[in-house]
Amino acid sequence: MMRRSTFITYAGLGLFGILGPILFPAYTLSIAYLWMMVLMASTWDILGGQMGYNSLGNITFFGVGMYVSAIIQISIFYEPGVGEYTSAMGAIKPEFTDQQYYWGIFLGIFGGAIAALALSLIFSTFMFGLRGPYFAIGSLGLAIAAAEITVTINYVGGASGISMPMFPGDIEFRSVFFYILCFTLAVLSHFVIRGMLSTQFGLAINAIRDDEDKAEAMGLPTLIYKQIGWAVTAVFMGAIGAVAGNMAGFIDKEVAYPVPTFGIFMVAMVLLGGKGTLWGPVLGAIIFHIVKETTWTYLLGWQWVTLGLILIINIVYFQQGIMGWLQSKYPEMFGIVVDQSNINQEKKES
Amino acid sequence: MNDIIKVTNVSKAYGGVKANVDISFKVKKGSITGLIGPNGCGKTTLFNSIVGYHPIDGGSIEFDGKEISHLRVGDIARLGMLRTFQQTKIYTKMNCVDNMQISVSHRRNSKNGIFASRKGEIRERAEDLLEFVGLYSKRNLISGDLSFGQQKLLEFAMALMNEPKVLLLDEPTAGINPTLINGLIDRLGRANQELGITLCVIEHNMRVIMNLASHIYCLSNGKMLAEGKPSELQNDQRVIDAYLGGH
Repeated sequence: MMRRSTFITYAGLGLFGILGPILFPAYTLSIAYLWMMVLMASTWDILGGQMGYNSLGNITFFGVGMYVSAIIQISIFYEPGVGEYTSAMGAIKPEFTDQQYYWGIFLGIFGGAIAALALSLIFSTFMFGLRGPYFAIGSLGLAIAAAEITVTINYVGGASGISMPMFPGDIEFRSVFFYILCFTLAVLSHFVIRGMLSTQFGLAINAIRDDEDKAEAMGLPTLIYKQIGWAVTAVFMGAIGAVAGNMAGFIDKEVAYPVPTFGIFMVAMVLLGGKGTLWGPVLGAIIFHIVKETTWTYLLGWQWVTLGLILIINIVYFQQGIMGWLQSKYPEMFGIVVDQSNINQEKKES
Repeated sequence: MNDIIKVTNVSKAYGGVKANVDISFKVKKGSITGLIGPNGCGKTTLFNSIVGYHPIDGGSIEFDGKEISHLRVGDIARLGMLRTFQQTKIYTKMNCVDNMQISVSHRRNSKNGIFASRKGEIRERAEDLLEFVGLYSKRNLISGDLSFGQQKLLEFAMALMNEPKVLLLDEPTAGINPTLINGLIDRLGRANQELGITLCVIEHNMRVIMNLASHIYCLSNGKMLAEGKPSELQNDQRVIDAYLGGH
């Protein structure tokens, strides 16, 4: 039964993903942002939901991926490099051929992901000594520090930011291009996470969440699991950051390290959908994005109030989120049942 | 070399409280050894010292001929020595099968990799062991929803899943009803006999420990008071005094 509903979910989301921009071309970029938020929520849940480490600093990887991709995209085909480009304050407009642009953006995404991965491995060496609220605040500190350090680096434009290379195609094709990138990365992240959770890795990070001391006492090498979890998060956040920078067209500290918006949204989306579940973050991101877009359009001026209200209701009445609530209400749907069958009898049958 | 655990003159103090003073303690390979004594006499502290939960103040602890007093909990567990907790510790938001499956050995030679499959042999062994402790029908329930006694049984089964060489059990029968206690004694004996696991048991239930253990140590006020066969200890005046209000 679950198999069938899973299939329907994938078919539905897949159809929406492919037909969405065709049926609603005006909303292409908005749906692209939806997939971006699905990715952010899903990757946040690896640590925050499945492993019990509430990271408020994942946005660091987003920003680093964005800046590294900008450096790669500009330096690779523009001889004087990023430093010259940014110090000219927009006076220089290097022309990229189509081919150079596309090569640049793909190398940029790849490089952004690698840089974020490397950074997460460095952070892992000292951050995982912190637990609970200390980890949350510590990781938030990383994001704020990264943003402030970025501003001081003149090479990447300091506080005045970087203009990203111009997209070579027309505006409709631009939307579709970035839509495809966002959708592909979201789908990829979902299946990577799904695959990882279905192995012993998934159980190990759940064990760390439930009782890290017990896990250590049982000989589980907890640090390596934590490192892998954060590294996967970082790779996808770095890649999507690179895409987001190009979508925005201009990057600076506010665009690259949106701590009070995306940094908090990704947590809110997971709490809404249900943390520690595969589908909770996806569901949460979809609902959150729809509410956000609707209120920004029809309740302008009240949009933050509405979002705040939803969060408060969520935290006070549905702490386990939608999926968690469903699981406690209908446990049999999730296979949480007493099974009176005999083990020997079952073995004979199979 | 017949002693799998050899504790020599170990001391441990918490601030001014001398929890263990010059304790020497041996566990023979393949045996069941008991550790008794009044509350607060330092039994659990000794367990914690052995499994590396805290650094010791002095003395030496050997496991299988190897000095382990400087190692940490995870390293010692991966050598093959596990303990269960007085306050039962299980993964309360996971179901019983998952609790079992993640408890597999993480020793260097084990084939249980980080991204190993959760199906096949590992799952079968998890279910067999749940059957062994009588929790098979509850295997899909969230473990935190089980009764306290069932959680203790689950914790014991998780320890067996790890296939340790030595298992230190901290009050395995506390809070378990009399019928279940008999079942548990039977299973402890079978784990020792059939799986060849050396057991070291802290226990307050005298009937249990006298039937189970072949050799018993008695602690009192952080010092080793007496040791011997169960029959010898039962008639030892010092042990009787320690238990009947001597401390």
